[in-house]
Amino acid sequence: MKAAHFDYHAPRTLVEALDLLSTLENARVLAGGQSLMPMLNLRLGGFDHLIDLGHVAELSVIEKVSGAYKIGAMVRQREIEKFEGFEKNVPLLYQAIRYVGHQQTRNRGTIGGSICHLDPSAELPLVALTMDARLEVASTRGMRQIEFKDFFSSLLSSVLSPDEILTRIYMPVSHESDCCVFLEFSRRPADFAIASVAVVLRLDEQEKIQHLKIGIGGLGPSAVRLYEFEQKFKGQFWSETMLSELQSHIKTLPGEGDLDNTPEYRNTLAQVLVKRALTKAFQMNKNPLHG
Amino acid sequence: MAKHQIELRVNENTYSRTVDSALNLVDFLRNELGLKGTHIGCEHGVCGACTVLVDQKTVRACLMLAVQAQGMHVQTIESIANADGSLSEIQLKMKEHHGLQCGFCTPGVVMTIKELMAENKGLALSEAQVRTALSGNLCRCTGYQGMVDAALDLINPSLAQ
Repeated sequence: MKAAHFDYHAPRTLVEALDLLSTLENARVLAGGQSLMPMLNLRLGGFDHLIDLGHVAELSVIEKVSGAYKIGAMVRQREIEKFEGFEKNVPLLYQAIRYVGHQQTRNRGTIGGSICHLDPSAELPLVALTMDARLEVASTRGMRQIEFKDFFSSLLSSVLSPDEILTRIYMPVSHESDCCVFLEFSRRPADFAIASVAVVLRLDEQEKIQHLKIGIGGLGPSAVRLYEFEQKFKGQFWSETMLSELQSHIKTLPGEGDLDNTPEYRNTLAQVLVKRALTKAFQMNKNPLHG
Repeated sequence: MAKHQIELRVNENTYSRTVDSALNLVDFLRNELGLKGTHIGCEHGVCGACTVLVDQKTVRACLMLAVQAQGMHVQTIESIANADGSLSEIQLKMKEHHGLQCGFCTPGVVMTIKELMAENKGLALSEAQVRTALSGNLCRCTGYQGMVDAALDLINPSLAQ
């Protein structure tokens, strides 16, 4: 199908974009268009105005700041895929970006667009949640920062006000001893994930768990972190009991089904992926003392 | 309806046109410029039939607006043959390896292979890498093997059997 009519605006600066967003009725921000355009073409949504951020150069920049990368919301996914430094410094993002859509959609799709769209099975929100990313948002009223964990409000919706634009993502640099693993299961490469798991693991010199983060995508309306277990396992040696505890907990998480996948199937996949991801993370333990 | 004046290069020609805001790039190419080689499939970015190159990068032309292509260089399947009309290397290899059956997905497949060749000049690619790159182009004849063979032969000529 074709999109219903809308007016198109191409501001050159963030200020101009924010002005348009605060004054136009029923306006929507257009980033890379790889989720919004399908929705418009399928007439799942309709807007009177699209404000294209494609010409706002200041939002397409990646900067290294203290302890983090400041990634402009309009940085294309393909650029992240190829960006020098992410493989070593943000391995979770480096691994996950390869699962995002296809090469043809990554050429247009942006990190900010994916994060704002908040698809329950999307990779980038799961990475942002697991990495404790921070978001910078702007409106004509000023700027504010939001922890990604506080960003989700309901299915496909964030806490952004109608006049706010996500401008930058602060993606923390991983500790050099962190073992990061991103895994997902889909029927064909680049399909939407049925379940996905992100793990960050750091062991101390005795191989006790010093730091652990586990994020799971695809089960409910948003990705979730297993904060309780991350804290509980700290300072302990890894054991099979922990895995059983994690898997029993995952069993209790609400799951959504669709035509192809029952909630039980998604849930089982999440349990299997957690096991695989943790096993892999332990195997790649990069603690220099233990090689 | 809001209209926009755009000027862009498509293949070897520069065009100036007035377009509606909501006109997508593939409809612009087909209906405004008469370049019917680029096909329309699903219209929501899944099938890859409408893949074209925009500033050397593959994009889904059903998910990009014509107005967004202002000032850009679009390359379509019509640019693939040699200037004298003879078959180019990609076309010859697609023919040799039986890389197409009904031909509906072919324009998108060829543009994806063109990007793959440009990005990997001199680098050998595995069959898995080629299959990943082509995973965004659906072929309902399921004629994947032929197009993968053609792409591998183009990218790794010395390794081809």
